[in-house]
Amino acid sequence: MNWFVKTFSGSIGRKLLMALTGLFLCTFLVIHLIGNLQLLKTDGGEAFNHYAKFMTSNPLIKTVSYLLYTSILAHAVFALLLTIANRKARPQGYTVVNNQSSWSSRNMGILGTIVLAFIVFHMKDFWAEYHFEDLPMYTLQDGTVVKDLYLEVMNAFKSGIYVALYVVCMGAIGFHLWHGFESGFQTLGLNHKKYTPFIKTTGKVFSVAISIAFAIIPLTVYFFRQ
Amino acid sequence: MSGNMNLTLKVWRQKDEKSKGKIVDYQVKGISPDMSFLEMFDVLNEDIIKKGETPIAFDHDCREGICGSCSMHINGRPHGPKSGITTCQLHMRSFKDGDTIVVEPWRAAAFPVLKDLVVDRSAFDRIIQSGGFISVNTGEAPDANAIPIPKKYADEAFDAATCIGCGACVAACKNSSAMLFVSAKISQLALLPQGEAEAKQRVESMIDQMNEEGFGACSNTGACTAECPKEISQVNIARLNREYISAKLTSDNV
Ligand code: HEM
Ligand code: SF4
Ligand code: FES
Repeated sequence: MNWFVKTFSGSIGRKLLMALTGLFLCTFLVIHLIGNLQLLKTDGGEAFNHYAKFMTSNPLIKTVSYLLYTSILAHAVFALLLTIANRKARPQGYTVVNNQSSWSSRNMGILGTIVLAFIVFHMKDFWAEYHFEDLPMYTLQDGTVVKDLYLEVMNAFKSGIYVALYVVCMGAIGFHLWHGFESGFQTLGLNHKKYTPFIKTTGKVFSVAISIAFAIIPLTVYFFRQ
Repeated sequence: MSGNMNLTLKVWRQKDEKSKGKIVDYQVKGISPDMSFLEMFDVLNEDIIKKGETPIAFDHDCREGICGSCSMHINGRPHGPKSGITTCQLHMRSFKDGDTIVVEPWRAAAFPVLKDLVVDRSAFDRIIQSGGFISVNTGEAPDANAIPIPKKYADEAFDAATCIGCGACVAACKNSSAMLFVSAKISQLALLPQGEAEAKQRVESMIDQMNEEGFGACSNTGACTAECPKEISQVNIARLNREYISAKLTSDNV
């Protein structure tokens, strides 16, 4: 077998791909969050629609977005392969288990599946609509006419069930990263007393901050903006 | 004697590798808190023999925490409720009179149950045989002092070398991953100049063998270190990952 294929079909190789794509997705979350926070501005959607236009027309961003889609796909596929192999490694379980590890770390597969379901519906609701549907138009201050994604989002966030599900999924992301962030560095072999305590603290703060910040947006819209 | 305990044991019984096993209940009486867990099993087995039944098979040898054979999964944890010890070092004072104790074998596809609580851990031997050694003669004991090795590295290598190959890491891991064991066996050699020459080949071969034996991948849950009787650190797994990445990038194995 070719060394390259062999590396990424082995357990460490697969985990390396998980770590690289997972940590890349963490940076994407930050960018996405900055964009979403524009929804909280009471400017009728100017800032958010401007951001949406920038994200879908800037050539550099467009290139990175393909890397992003590939990463999500690769992360999910390798997650599945790893989870299947890991299950196979213990065909018969224990009657009593008292595992000395964090709940998040043992449930990355379930948490990831929730996140994946969220991404799929999220893409359908906003990404596909923006790209393929006729939406009401919005005129930006510079005169450009764009699809009014702001209005779409505001409409979606009118539904209490939608908002509740959204918040639950943000919880799942939070727990996924509670373990995932520091785990990614460990997989890459980055464990040293100089910086590992910093990575661990950053991971905890990051996971809590990201999930709360994303969740606050639909909650604010639902309770205070309509 | 006062203070002695009566206990209910629920023990995995399995006739041989092919049979389906099951949990069987036993009562043990008059157990001294100063007995070790294995001595309690000796008492139980004597009762069973007196009844004319087949005693419970379990692995044990040194009974002082150095051979690593006493594999028992006790109340959901490898080697029982205490950290940093093996089953033979566990005392009955860690339990209370009237307790129910569930004892199961290590569970992993790579560690098939041979009988009752005895599992076949030769997968570990095959991993070692695939590269966990130094091929050249490294000399007599005094020769070791001829090579200057910073104390820090000597200490770290020695910490890794305390791994007794007990398999508690595999038993504890939700993926039955052997990464803590392999990382200890890689680290004890990778940190020393004598081990350097074969480092790339070693890590590639041992990981190939580990995958082939059917151990799972590492999810970095840390359950292994928490249960390891020698408290082998996660730092070793990170080192193993580094060794593997650098070997894959630079070794001649195309
Ligand atoms: C925004 C989305 C996501 C981010 C930021 C993210 C991030 C991460 C990170 C950093 C890790 C740690 C990698 C490691 O342990 O080396 C990880 C692990 C994992 N992710 Fe994700 N992930 C995301 C989405 C998903 C999705 C959609 C799935 C499932 C379909 C998933 C399943 C998993 C699984 C199963 C693991 C653990 C693998 C293992 O340790 O065996 N993740 N993720
Ligand atoms: S790493 Fe620890 S738990 Fe695993 S085999 Fe070695 S001594 Fe046992
Ligand atoms: S019998 Fe040797 S370590 Fe327990």
